[in-house]
Amino acid sequence: MSDERFKGYRGVGRKVLERHNVGVWSDVAVESSRGEFRGLILPRSETADDCHIVLKLNSGYNIGIAAETITSMTEHGRREAHYHIPEKEFPRDDGKPNVVLFGTGGTIASRLDYRTGAVIPAFSPGELYGSVPELADICNLETEKLYGVFSENMAREQYITLAQRIGEAIAEGVDGVVIGHGTDTMHHTAAVLTFMVQNPPVPIVMVGSQRSSDRPSSDAAMNLINAVKAAAEGEIAEVQVCMFGPTSDEYGLLHRGTRVRKMHSSYRSTFRTIGDVPLAMIDRNQIAYLQPNYRRRRDDREITIVPTFDDKVTILYYYPGMQPDVVDAIIEKGYRGIVIAGTGLGHVNKPLYPALQRAKDAGVHVYMTVQTLWGYVQMYVYETGREIMELGVVPAANMLPEVAYMKLCWALGQTHDRDEVKQLMLTPVADEITDREPYNGYLVYQGEIPEVQEFLREIRR
Amino acid sequence: MPLSFKPFEQMTPGDYENVGLKVGLEVHQQLLTSRKLFCRCPAGRYGPEYDAEILRHMRPTLSELGEYDGTALMEKKTRKNIYYRIHRDSVCTYEFDDTPPFFIDDEALDIALQICQLLRLNIVGELHIARKQYLDGSIPTGFQRTGILGVDGVIPFGEREIRIRQLSIEEDACREVSDIGHERIYLTDRLGMPLIETVTEPDMHTPQEAAAVGQILRRLVRSTGKVRTGYGAGRQDVNVSVRGGTRVEIKGTPQIWRNPHLIYNEARRQCSLLHIRNELKSRGVTPDTFEHAIEDVTRIVAQSSFEPIRSALTAGERVSCVLLRGFGALLREPTQEHTTFAKEFSDRARVIACLSKQPNLIHSDAPSESLSGREWKDLRRKMRAHHGDTLVLVWGSADDVNTASKEIVIRAREAAEGIPSDTRQALKDGTNGFERVLPGADRMYPDTDLPPLAITQDRLERLAADLPEFIWEREARYRSLDVPEHTFSDLCAPRRTKLFDRITGELKVDGKFAAIVLVERLKGMRRAGLKVDLLSDEEIYAVFKAYTEKRLSRQGVLELLGYLASQPRDQAGEDRVARVFATSDFTQLTDAELDAAIAKWDAQLDDDEFAAPQKKCRFLAGRIMREFVGRVDGARAIHRIHEKLGVPVTVSAHGEVQS
Repeated sequence: MSDERFKGYRGVGRKVLERHNVGVWSDVAVESSRGEFRGLILPRSETADDCHIVLKLNSGYNIGIAAETITSMTEHGRREAHYHIPEKEFPRDDGKPNVVLFGTGGTIASRLDYRTGAVIPAFSPGELYGSVPELADICNLETEKLYGVFSENMAREQYITLAQRIGEAIAEGVDGVVIGHGTDTMHHTAAVLTFMVQNPPVPIVMVGSQRSSDRPSSDAAMNLINAVKAAAEGEIAEVQVCMFGPTSDEYGLLHRGTRVRKMHSSYRSTFRTIGDVPLAMIDRNQIAYLQPNYRRRRDDREITIVPTFDDKVTILYYYPGMQPDVVDAIIEKGYRGIVIAGTGLGHVNKPLYPALQRAKDAGVHVYMTVQTLWGYVQMYVYETGREIMELGVVPAANMLPEVAYMKLCWALGQTHDRDEVKQLMLTPVADEITDREPYNGYLVYQGEIPEVQEFLREIRR
Repeated sequence: MPLSFKPFEQMTPGDYENVGLKVGLEVHQQLLTSRKLFCRCPAGRYGPEYDAEILRHMRPTLSELGEYDGTALMEKKTRKNIYYRIHRDSVCTYEFDDTPPFFIDDEALDIALQICQLLRLNIVGELHIARKQYLDGSIPTGFQRTGILGVDGVIPFGEREIRIRQLSIEEDACREVSDIGHERIYLTDRLGMPLIETVTEPDMHTPQEAAAVGQILRRLVRSTGKVRTGYGAGRQDVNVSVRGGTRVEIKGTPQIWRNPHLIYNEARRQCSLLHIRNELKSRGVTPDTFEHAIEDVTRIVAQSSFEPIRSALTAGERVSCVLLRGFGALLREPTQEHTTFAKEFSDRARVIACLSKQPNLIHSDAPSESLSGREWKDLRRKMRAHHGDTLVLVWGSADDVNTASKEIVIRAREAAEGIPSDTRQALKDGTNGFERVLPGADRMYPDTDLPPLAITQDRLERLAADLPEFIWEREARYRSLDVPEHTFSDLCAPRRTKLFDRITGELKVDGKFAAIVLVERLKGMRRAGLKVDLLSDEEIYAVFKAYTEKRLSRQGVLELLGYLASQPRDQAGEDRVARVFATSDFTQLTDAELDAAIAKWDAQLDDDEFAAPQKKCRFLAGRIMREFVGRVDGARAIHRIHEKLGVPVTVSAHGEVQS
């Protein structure tokens, strides 16, 4: 029989199914040493063990039965499940702005296949309208699925196509672009798109969700509504990230693509602007601009796409006692760029110096950022900093390590000339380096301090 | 023709049989663990204090066929802002859904599995955690993590058996603080507490049977000694249907004794709703032919003197009128005690349209004390109402009134179909009110955050070795020992079982006496402020031993226990009972001492005062019992006095003498 019949089952579990002539979607009565069970055989997760059979009971619950305890299985019928997301035609209104949504694989709207546990993404305009009908109040929506990858699998090829497709869509006249993206590397993509898509006349808004949209309390719908609104009506013609502001369902924040970072593995309010203030607060009723300096929306279509990317670049996260052979290995493997996340103001230990010299000699471009995330590299304060600079390490001011990485990849895709690369790296495209850090750009409050507790009690965050 | 239904007190099993009553139970019981079920927060820390609040909204997710679940749709219409109050001691980021679950608490799983064994359920080979959607916000995720541990069990019930459908382990929900208008507030302290839900088949046929089975299940879980007790730690929902009716779930109270009255009212409500359905049918109103109209009538009632409408109009709100064609007089039809059919509509407006201020509607079937005759007349004209139609008026903000009007129409159409599948809330007066639409199996989703967990044979064998005796076996033994039924509950708790068995077994103390002392008397002492918990099992045993050795009277047992419970414990392991006997006089009066005492008191009495010898005996007994507290058994003293004075004696069946 085909693998479909035994989907996910192998080893002992599969043998038992074969022996009793039943398979996935069989409605069965099972006799076992633990008693009798009645239900529908479900596919087994590939990562689960091979010695249990999964049944869906009438109550909707799933259970597993150990294959070795089963003495008989009788099929009483078959109920195969077919799933689809309901489609409703997305209403078109010529008075509303046109927005295109590119999908890269993160599920913004989806439904869980309740029998198998697989997530079926909703993506076509009709499907999205079926699950988030509020979108139709904001814009006319087109969608295009570019990839179906988890965000950690986004890389050079995806960045380039994405940038090109954004350029084409803007040339075709859309009023805003939304990109659905997994959250893990959303800030990497936001950074690289900032460099590749230069001078956009309309908002380019990245969005995702921290709780999948098959959960009733998901942040997905609100994020999507906010992102589409920012793309359709917002004034900020830059690459930006639109995600929850507080963990409460209060408002979203628009973050500049080069200053944003995912700061918590699971919180809804995980995305924070680092070393600056966010661009804007956004909810269903309004966009409140917080940052006076941003590129305004324009009517022209003059946009430059620079889709270059050299991925022989790495981030070296410095730790005390680091051995120089790590650097040597990087050089030996042909890497052309290193972004160091150094300690404090931008330091590494002395034993690394000869290796950094070898890197310079081999033509490797080395940039210094800080693992403190907040603050500037300042390599003049201590002698060690000055020594490191003499080894050809270029301080990258207050560029975030991941942003510096993306920018170096992008720059090395254009030139290997030391000065040209440096010129590209240190000339900000969109505030990846800022002249000044505002006093309220670094806010990491600590719990139990009386005034903080008072704030937490008064303000839903 | 209104339906007649006997009062609760007069209903017989035959009456319930006539309406085809079926009742099933869903028993929720918190487990006694040190941690919560899916995170490492300490269990059982309760309090209204909070450090912060979080706001969430619930959004329905798509169901199997791409339709929204009925409950989901209902909750979406209500558009509630849900506030969670969180306290750092009881809640971490898991409970408010900002951290994925940790592995299930092993202690909780062990307890739940033991209860499966006691219920003789077929235990699963692998636990799969599911997400059961709750869009009312009672859980910040919008779903409860829950998993089936066993199915198809059975417990004895008199001559019958009650089938147990399933047992699941799950996390408890929030406690509601308030629900007013569009704002609902929850406390999160109880959220995530380990809980089991035991579901019976609908095998009970009277409200009283349901309560009795509820008691058995309660005692059964308590017999493990590993479940939480106290208010709210155990809660029973009842599923009720009558012949031709629909399964309706009533969210129970923590007090089982309230359930029969609730069940009675629900049976009555269902019969009444079926009666209304039939009446509508006879008037030609079916779900297909049902006609209605909705109109804004703010202008018509603008001058109304009816206070609720006046204040709504002052606040700039709207008034809407709903015409229900052919519903004339039905809204005043009684459904439950002190409740009419109109409440079904009012409840929906309250829950779904958030019109929580009462009254939230009026209707033309009971027009007095609201609008004037003139106003009703204008409304009837505006709505083109015929004789035999009903008008319902609601007021509130434009959005809410719109929702409420549509909901009234929905409820009316359901009336033509029969009984809607509801989850209903128990009210204090024994009636119930609408809470939400009963959700279906479509709201179950696999929890992709947690892998399946094998329930191994080794684990089950280890747990089986530590299983308490089946309570029905224990209770049968208690009955044979003439132990009063009302003490069973306490005597099945493991804190007392071993001691009781030793006292009645090794010491051969009469079961009734032992039960009364261990349950009632100790409770009385605790209420009186004595530190009963200071008494060790060994001490209680030693006191009973002294009784069997005739060193203490029955009264002496109580005296000594009371004395011990009032004394601080100086050092661990000291034999306080021996010390009391060494230093105080609890020794029984010898016959000679008793006779001397009788003679002494008799000599002091003036015989003229006691013409009746019985009266004199009682008086003497009182004096002697007071003088020799704990040293002479009452029955023995009375017998001796009567004997000495030559008066015949009558003794109660249990050998007790009241003096």
